[in-house]
Amino acid sequence: MYSKKVMEHFNHPKNMGKIDCPDGVGKVGNIICGDVMHLYIKVGKNDVIEDIKYETFGCVAAISSSSMITEMVKGKTIVEALKIEKNSIIDSLEGLPKAKIHCSVLAIDALSESIYDYLKKNKRDIPDFLEKRHKIIVKNSR
Amino acid sequence: MKKIYLDYAATTPVDPRVLEAMMPYFCDNFGNTMSLHSFGQKARMALDESRKTVANFIGAKPEEIIFTSSATESNNFALKGIAFANEKKGNHIIISAIEHACIMESAKWLGGRGFKITYVPVDRFGVVNVDDVSKAITKETILISVMHVNNELGSIQPIAEIGQIAKENNIYFHSDCAQSLGKIPVNVNDLNVDLLTASGHKIYGPKGIGILFVKRGVKIEPLLNGGGQELGLRSSTSNVAGAVGFAKALELFNQEEKIAELREYLCSGVLSIPGSRLNSPKTGVPGILNFSFFGVEGEAITMRLDIDGIAVSTGSACSSSKLTASHVLLATGMKPEEAHGSLRVSIGRWTTKEDIDYFIKSLLKNINQLREISPFKNV
Repeated sequence: MYSKKVMEHFNHPKNMGKIDCPDGVGKVGNIICGDVMHLYIKVGKNDVIEDIKYETFGCVAAISSSSMITEMVKGKTIVEALKIEKNSIIDSLEGLPKAKIHCSVLAIDALSESIYDYLKKNKRDIPDFLEKRHKIIVKNSR
Repeated sequence: MKKIYLDYAATTPVDPRVLEAMMPYFCDNFGNTMSLHSFGQKARMALDESRKTVANFIGAKPEEIIFTSSATESNNFALKGIAFANEKKGNHIIISAIEHACIMESAKWLGGRGFKITYVPVDRFGVVNVDDVSKAITKETILISVMHVNNELGSIQPIAEIGQIAKENNIYFHSDCAQSLGKIPVNVNDLNVDLLTASGHKIYGPKGIGILFVKRGVKIEPLLNGGGQELGLRSSTSNVAGAVGFAKALELFNQEEKIAELREYLCSGVLSIPGSRLNSPKTGVPGILNFSFFGVEGEAITMRLDIDGIAVSTGSACSSSKLTASHVLLATGMKPEEAHGSLRVSIGRWTTKEDIDYFIKSLLKNINQLREISPFKNV
């Protein structure tokens, strides 16, 4: 049912845990649906994401998607990070079962929420698309 | 690597003695039971003998046992067969809220064809209240169907009492006994049932064989029309090896099984893990135990245990394509977040204390690791 890559990340998740005093936090998901993801980022010079960690309650796909996105994002600038799409997570994981596609979306949402939080905290301009995304995520998580 | 099977409620391995009994009916005594020649007659005799054994075991007459392909078929047959044979009498069917998918879906299917379905609720341990069944009865009610033992929780339903009420109201009563046969006494007279379902692969018999007990005089429409096998109620060339295996599996149940002791051992081991809780009633069948673990999701636990060679099952959303938590656990009033973290452990004939020790060790390790990943840590 799950690819080898998914099971690898599930069994040996990368970057799990919490960051003390993070620059941005993204909290998404809904316990009623069975997935909750908290994503923490530390942003350095030139908006580079120097550290990223997560805490996830959820199934195999949710945990491995969280692990994968942190691997993909680490060292990238926030602009680059925001370009990551669900398909690139799915491809990197060598596929996800259809019913689990939403787990990769959840990881993307958590990331963009953490960047949104970072920009907001630092009173920076928030791009329109990110503002829109934020509104949709907040609405859906209710 | 060590392999430990703790999913006996999903299916059981075939007992080697069952397989041995079945073997002659593949290559040697392969005849068609409808044939007049000696090949056919030999097969016919084996089928009749098996039918007698099964009938004796559940207190029925041989001509009341219909061999089918599975419990799913038997349940479809019971609901649809009774519905269509008795639609002139009424169009109302009562089932419990925690039935297996094959009852749920059959009822839903009938619901789309003019029948009215009432779902009777359960208490927090997954047990139907007899009064609720009574209250649900209308003039139009033609069938009540309540499972004997729930497959996710192991809760035992008051079948005899419900059967009594059905009898008093002249309503047919069916019980899905797939999870009870071989585990607790199943006798059609004591249980007051008109129809009863059971399955071979839950009792150390083969897959592909089930039974429907149909009490003499019950009006039921066949689902499969054809050569008139199974007393005209279920046409299909007879699965003689399957029937022989089913009967042999039942014969082996005369031996005492030590599952109750192991249940206690397993239960106290699991409950020593902080933030764990038993969802199954203490009065349930010994073999089925359902637990919840705070802060971790059921599929994740199941798959981590699988990596350690342990097979258990989850009733939670992520086990299937559906994203809602188990309808059984939700029916007990459990919150969705608790239901998502549930795990079903089912033990059986070959479970040992060592298996349980290994399981608990792995469970503790994996729960701790998954809680490290989880945002919900405060047990």
